[in-house]
Amino acid sequence: MLQADRSLGLTLVVSEITVLFRRLRTWAMIGALALIPILIAVVVRVSSDGAASGRGPAFLDSITQNGLFVSLTALTVAIPLFLPLTIGVVAGDTIAGEANLGTLRYLLVAPAGRVRLLLVKYAGAALFCFVATLTVVVTGAVIGALLFPVGPVTLLSGDTVGIPGYFGRLLLLALYVTVSLMGLSAIGLFISTLTTIPVGAMAATAALAAVSQILGALPQLEWLHPWLFTHYWLGFGDLLRQPIVWNSFADNVLLQLGYIAVFGALAYGRFSTKDILS
Amino acid sequence: MEPARAVRAPRASAGEFAIETHGLTKVFGKQRAVDGVDLAVPRGTVFGFLGPNGSGKTTTIRMLLGLAAATSGEIRLLDGAMPKDARAVLPRVGALVEGPAIYPFLSGRANLQRFDAADRHTSPATRNARVDAALERVGLSHAAKKRAHAYSLGMKQRLGIANALLAPRDLLILDEPTNGLDPQGTREVRNLIKSLSDDGTTIFVSSHLLAEVEQMCTRIAVMSAGQLVAQGTLDELRSAGTARVRITTPDHADAHRVLTGLGLVPEIHGRDDVITAELSVPGLQPETVNAALVRADVRVRGLEASGASLEDRFVALTGEGFDVAG
Repeated sequence: MLQADRSLGLTLVVSEITVLFRRLRTWAMIGALALIPILIAVVVRVSSDGAASGRGPAFLDSITQNGLFVSLTALTVAIPLFLPLTIGVVAGDTIAGEANLGTLRYLLVAPAGRVRLLLVKYAGAALFCFVATLTVVVTGAVIGALLFPVGPVTLLSGDTVGIPGYFGRLLLLALYVTVSLMGLSAIGLFISTLTTIPVGAMAATAALAAVSQILGALPQLEWLHPWLFTHYWLGFGDLLRQPIVWNSFADNVLLQLGYIAVFGALAYGRFSTKDILS
Repeated sequence: MEPARAVRAPRASAGEFAIETHGLTKVFGKQRAVDGVDLAVPRGTVFGFLGPNGSGKTTTIRMLLGLAAATSGEIRLLDGAMPKDARAVLPRVGALVEGPAIYPFLSGRANLQRFDAADRHTSPATRNARVDAALERVGLSHAAKKRAHAYSLGMKQRLGIANALLAPRDLLILDEPTNGLDPQGTREVRNLIKSLSDDGTTIFVSSHLLAEVEQMCTRIAVMSAGQLVAQGTLDELRSAGTARVRITTPDHADAHRVLTGLGLVPEIHGRDDVITAELSVPGLQPETVNAALVRADVRVRGLEASGASLEDRFVALTGEGFDVAG
């Protein structure tokens, strides 16, 4: 036992990820996310009469020329609604879900340690953010390649990158979106410590994402915009320039870290002393 | 009456008690759910924690395990103070608190692996073996791969007990361990507790079922409306209530005289050949009464000693009826 004492106890992280991905619900959400690029690609392919109207989501018109743009279009569609919704479900469920099942008391009696459990839960939610984003990107690339011609991609700056370079950018993009969702995950974790009803925490988290985006759309609140966790959500365009402009990435990281610090501290403050009565 | 048992050599810093509380109190709003409880559970005992529903048993257990913070009072669990030393103490404690809890979408085995992984002291290398041993011990091996949502209430209960047995424990805290079990399962759990106790594990069993506690435990504590109203060995608690003798004799006048001579207050009921008396004189045993009757040539047709039933005592301590203490 002494030798095990020295271990970091990473097995709980492994266990958390296993439990998360053994749930049907998780796969249903990933499936739904994968449907977004598929739906977009199929609709564009079926109705493709060459009439690029200039309306609809960003990059939509480029799809017929280059299937690789499906990923970008799908991300633009998924970021405001579908991604926050699924992250709301996972992050809102973190503590409240265990409390609702009653398993929380057995994890704590094991003892998992309250701080350790919070960290593990957050790590699980973060991993889900990455998997969810990657699902959209990868499915988009695959369905795009199947239905449309694929070739070197013209970036926003007018430069052209080859397919390997483009995939590098896509991976960066997935990272960017994952980082964007870290603040929301921290908010979800905090809300999840407040209740034993997971649906409530999920709905509240998803609703906050919507509220933040609505506030971000009101020009009267411009002073507030840089502080909203959704502010940089669609700001990934800078990663599609040559050379890459890192400013928005860095600002986004800083903002999300701020949210993680504040809501992480709130979650700790709440959970470390909470009576577990469920 | 304390049965001889092999007591494991105490640990280096082992105190006398596995659980010790002083003035343990928990207030929810205006309600004192647990009120100044002083528990003392000696090591190596099977300790029954009795009380009607709503008397504060589970809240006490939650505080013992660090799930809920005490409003005031102290808790010592094994060699540490709770909740301060939870990290050192809890790995040595197995617990079933307010029923089992499961991940319905995982198999029974995966459920246990999950809980085992939560304790950073356990070795991943031995995890599968320990999980299987625990499943075997509660008779769930055949259903180990079945998803837990398909488990019956009794199977879930067994899984909950298996969770408490994942590692060698010095103390088991079992809240209503036979809940939902059929008579056979109840008996298995009793035997399991006995064998664990023989290995030197201290076992703290909470229950509202008197008969169960009477069969398993050597010591008990009784809770009522948040307060500890009695604590001691079974015999001490029984003897706190008074036993009775019921004598059937044609010579009831002589019998009356003999009993009065012993300091008792005999009563004659309905039939005039039956006479009863509370054994209210300390130390007076039914056999002594019998000998006195025989010496006085009282013809005794029958003598029945009814020990104070624990049930009478329990009801006397906790009140009668279905009113849940609230």
